[in-house]
Amino acid sequence: MAGARISVPSRARSGEVISIKTLFSHPMETGYRRDALGLAIPRDIVSEFVCSYDGRAVFRAELNPGIAANPYFAFSVRADRSGTLEFRWTDQDGNVTVETRELAVEP
Amino acid sequence: MSWRSSLSPLLILLCGCSPGASPPVSGIPEPRSGYHFQSQDTQNLQDDDFANPGMLWVDGGMVLWTEAPETGKPACADCHHAADMSGVASRYPAYDKSLDTVLNLEARINHCRTERQGEPAYPWESEPLLSLTAYVAHQSRGVPVEVDISGPARPFFDAGETYFHERRGQMNLACVHCHEHYVGQMLRGDKLSQGQPVGYPIYRLEWQTLGSLQRRLRFCNTGVRAEPLAFGAQTWTNVELYLKWRATGLPGEAPAVRR
Ligand code: HEC
Ligand code: HEC
Repeated sequence: MAGARISVPSRARSGEVISIKTLFSHPMETGYRRDALGLAIPRDIVSEFVCSYDGRAVFRAELNPGIAANPYFAFSVRADRSGTLEFRWTDQDGNVTVETRELAVEP
Repeated sequence: MSWRSSLSPLLILLCGCSPGASPPVSGIPEPRSGYHFQSQDTQNLQDDDFANPGMLWVDGGMVLWTEAPETGKPACADCHHAADMSGVASRYPAYDKSLDTVLNLEARINHCRTERQGEPAYPWESEPLLSLTAYVAHQSRGVPVEVDISGPARPFFDAGETYFHERRGQMNLACVHCHEHYVGQMLRGDKLSQGQPVGYPIYRLEWQTLGSLQRRLRFCNTGVRAEPLAFGAQTWTNVELYLKWRATGLPGEAPAVRR
């Protein structure tokens, strides 16, 4: 099931700390498991998640085998300007999923 | 007058129906969802509509719901309002007159797919079927379960009730042993629940993915070292009907989260 869920306010006051939550659909297959026939199931993981705010990276995570499927991240950002929040998940083969949300900041 | 002839009218009077269709008796007078047997963390995950990973499949199902097949046949959403799906999962499995059998929700969805959309049925446990089922079942969240076991549905129900009480596997255990006699006791890392079917499809942490009731039931087969019945077996729908009747009044929970 491909897809991402993102929770972020669409507006905030300048200086306000907003909370952001992301849930990304991915099997996070470790590469250490075997199937019913005893054959190794190849590794298939997301290796990096980055959230950028108006072009600056504000949250970055490196993922490894052993992290549960459908990785969930919750973090905070201080809203100081209107701009785009970009969410970028990169898998081990370099495939990228990008989602964006606009944040309007009032003085 | 012999005792036999004086007694039989009384018996018929007592149950008010023909023999064989006497009202079933549940071994669970007070149904309780499996939710209450889960850890606080797992309950919190289920309660959080954002973090509950099962919601990824609900989202995916909503997309499929509105997507029309390439042949130009209508999408699910062209024939059904999502709001009309509220309560549907709570009364499935249900008897279908034209097919003369009971259908569970997955089979009903696939029936629309083949008969109304002219598309091939989705395989059991495939991602699109799980997603659509999760989406439809989610519309019944909070709606109390009430299935119809009267008339032509009754033989299917009876077969399910029988299966529930039959011993099987190398361990020689029946469903009723674990889910009625030993409720609340630990079986390895699991606290045995009443085996209620109201949260399906569920996100199971052990699977790291969403799965159907049949997938869960197949684990209950292998758990007693019995050969699991195949996906889509009629017996599973019969058992599901029995389980749903046994759960009467419990609110729908899909997508639930379990250990
Ligand atoms: C050896 C004990 C055992 C037997 C026998 C057994 N189960 Fe289970 N079952 C479990 C365990 C353990 C779980 C997971 C914990 C729980 O919810 O009880 C479970 C879970 C379930 C659930 C999911 C409950 C939920 O809230 O998600 C259902 C439904 C169920 N069983 C039905 C059955 C049926 C039907 C049978 C007979 C075919 C059966 N079980 C036989 C041990 C058993
Ligand atoms: C061309 C119209 C049409 C399309 C397209 C269609 N359905 Fe249906 N659906 C029906 C009709 C009519 C019924 C009434 C039962 C019957 O006779 O099949 C029904 C019944 C149902 C039911 C059972 C409702 C109940 O109250 O018991 C479900 C669930 C359902 N459809 C889901 C779906 C899904 C999911 C899709 C898309 C994959 C879909 N349907 C596509 C016409 C349609």
